[in-house]
Amino acid sequence: MRDVAVVGFAQRQMPEFDGSPTCVELLVPLLAECYEQTGWTRRDVGFWCSGSSDYLAGRSFSFVQAVDAIGVIPPVNESHVEMDLAWAMYEAWIKIQTGEVDTALVYAFGKSSAGVLRRSLSLQLEPYTMTPLWPDTVSLAALQARVGIDAGVWDKAAMAEVANRSLTDAEKNEYSIRKGGSSVEELLARPMYADPLRKHDCSPVTDGAAAIVLAAGDKAREVREKPAWISGLSHFVDPMSMGTRDLTRSPSAARAAAGVDLSGVEVAELHAPFSHQELILRRELGLADDVRINPSGGALTSNPMFSGGGIRIGEAAARIWSGEISKAVGHATSGPALQQNLLCTLEGRS
Amino acid sequence: MTRTLSAPVTVAFDYTRSTGPVIGRFLTGLRDGQIVGGRTSEGKVVVPPPEFDPVTHEAITDFVDVAPVGTVTSWTWVPEPVKDQPFDRPFAFALIQLDGADVPMLHALDVASPDEVSTGMRVQVRWRAERVGAITDIEAFEPATDAGPTGVEALGTNPVTGVVVPVSLDYLYAASPEESAFYRGLNEGRILGQRCPTCQKVYVPPRSACPADGTPTAEEVEVSQTGTITTFCVVNVPFLGQKITPPYVSAYVLLDGADIAVLHLILGVPAAEVRMGMRVKAVWKPREEWTYSLENIDHFEPTGDPDAEYDTYKQHL
Repeated sequence: MRDVAVVGFAQRQMPEFDGSPTCVELLVPLLAECYEQTGWTRRDVGFWCSGSSDYLAGRSFSFVQAVDAIGVIPPVNESHVEMDLAWAMYEAWIKIQTGEVDTALVYAFGKSSAGVLRRSLSLQLEPYTMTPLWPDTVSLAALQARVGIDAGVWDKAAMAEVANRSLTDAEKNEYSIRKGGSSVEELLARPMYADPLRKHDCSPVTDGAAAIVLAAGDKAREVREKPAWISGLSHFVDPMSMGTRDLTRSPSAARAAAGVDLSGVEVAELHAPFSHQELILRRELGLADDVRINPSGGALTSNPMFSGGGIRIGEAAARIWSGEISKAVGHATSGPALQQNLLCTLEGRS
Repeated sequence: MTRTLSAPVTVAFDYTRSTGPVIGRFLTGLRDGQIVGGRTSEGKVVVPPPEFDPVTHEAITDFVDVAPVGTVTSWTWVPEPVKDQPFDRPFAFALIQLDGADVPMLHALDVASPDEVSTGMRVQVRWRAERVGAITDIEAFEPATDAGPTGVEALGTNPVTGVVVPVSLDYLYAASPEESAFYRGLNEGRILGQRCPTCQKVYVPPRSACPADGTPTAEEVEVSQTGTITTFCVVNVPFLGQKITPPYVSAYVLLDGADIAVLHLILGVPAAEVRMGMRVKAVWKPREEWTYSLENIDHFEPTGDPDAEYDTYKQHL
C-alpha cells in the first residue's frame, strides 16, 4: 500500500446560497484555497473526483457544469460519485493506490435549499414500497430515535447532551450555521418537532461545498510538515429496509470500525445528522471516554448535503496538521438512518 | 435587487417499473385486500417480502398471508407534511408489526394528534376503495376496532407486474450571478457576455468560470447583435414540444465579439439557402413581450452582407 495523506481542505457552509445549484461560483474560491495551501496549480492535480446529485440541483448533468471550476484544457483525469465527498475521496485514494497518479483533488457541492431536502431524499429509498409514501428523512430518523428510547438504549436527555455539546463547540466554528449551547434542561424545554425529535436533534438544511486534497509519499511531505496520513479507510452498508434491521445498532459502522485501528484516537469527527445517531456511532466504534467527539460542532450544527461527511475528515485532518493531535477518525454516513458508514483514520506520524 | 434571478421549476417523471415475482406477489395481494409476507431461511416472516434471502441470497418463494391488524413498534409525528405524503395534514409515520409477521413494516397512521398514538397500540389497515397494486392501496393504518378492517374483496384477476410511481420535485432555481446579468441584459435588449482574464475568451451566455482554465470570469462585455452562422442543421423531424412547424433551421450563431456561439432559429431565408459563414442579425420580439429570456430574440435573419471568410470562424467549430 502507498502512504497517502490529506494535505488540503477547504469548505463553505451557509443556510441559503444565493447562486446557481451548479455551485461553480462557490467551487472556484474553494479550489483556489486548495492551490494556495499546496502551492500547486491545477496541472499538479493527477485526479479529480466530485460528489453531487442532480436531484438536489434540479437539473441534469450538474456535475458536468461544475467541472468549469477546474478548467479542462488540457483535459483532466476526472470522475464523479452521486455520494458524499468522503466517497469521492475513497475513489481518489484507490486511484492513488493503483499507482496511476500521485495526487488528487476531490470536491463536493449541494444547494439543499433549492428544493425540499427532506422530501427529495425519499428518492434514495426502495422505490416500490417506500418512496410512494414519501417518508422524509426526519421522520425516518425519528422512528429510529423512538426505537432506542423505548428500548432504553438512550434517552432524550442523552440526545440533548449531544445537541448542547455540539451547539457549544459550533460557537468556535465560523462555518457552522447553527450555534449557541445552553443546557440540557433548556433544550428539553423546547417544543417537540417530529416527536420524539426536537429541531435541535436534527441537522439544519445547509448549502455548501468542500474540497479535500490527497497526496502520496514525498508529494505529501512537500506540502505539509505534518501531513494527515490515511492509516485506514473502511466502508460497509446495512440493508435499506427500516423493518429488517435493529435500528438501535449499526452493524455496518461496527464492521467499518473493525476494519481500521481506532486505538489512540484523540478526536472523532462523526457524521451524525441526528443527535441519537451520534450515540449509536459512539457505541459501535467503541470509543473511549476521553475521545473528543466533534470539536467542530459536527453535522448537527451544519450539514451540507454531499460534503457533510467529507468535512468531518477535513476537520480531523486540520487538527493533525496543526500538531494539536496525532490521531483522529473521520466518519461519513449516507442513506436512511445510518445505512452506510465510512471510517477514515488519520495519523500525524512524521 | 437580489444578486441572482430565480424562478420556480418543477421536474416531474412517471417512473414505470416492473415488479418481478416477489414484489409483484406483494402488490397483487394489496390490490386484492391481502397482505403477503415472505418467509426467510431463518424462518422469519418479513413484510414487504424481500426479493432475496438476506442470508442464503436465494430468491424468496415461500409466501405467507399475514393479518391486516398489528402492533405499533415505533412512531413519529409528522407536523409539516410534504407534498405527496399519505396526508396533507399532520399524521404519524409508524413501524407496524402485523400479526403473523416477525418484523415491522413502514406506513402512515391516521390519528389526529400525537397524544392518540403510542408504542404497543393495536392498529388495523384502512384499505383504499380503488386499489391498483401499490403500497398506497393501504390508505393508512388506523386504531384497531372490534369489527376489524373492511373492504377486503379482491379487485382483479391478473397478477400485478408493474407499477407507475410519479415523482415531481419543486425547486426555486437560481441563475448564477453572471447568468443573471445575461438575462437582465436581454430584458433591456442587450446581449451580455463575460471575458476570461486569462485566455481573453468571451463567453455568451456567460459562465462563472472559464471552462478552459478555471479562472473566474470578471469583465462584463456587451457583444454585437450581428454574427456568423458557424454550423447549422435543418430540422425535418417532428418531436414532442416542438414549437415551429418543420422544416426549419437551427444554427450556431457566433456573435461578433463573442467566442462561443449561441444556438438559435434562422428565419427569413429558405432552409436550403442557409450556409456556414452566412451573416445574420438578431430580430427581437416587440418590446412589450420582453422578459428575462433568450426568447426575447425571436430569431436571426440574414443581413444580406457577404459571407464571412472561413478563417474568421474556423476556431469556433
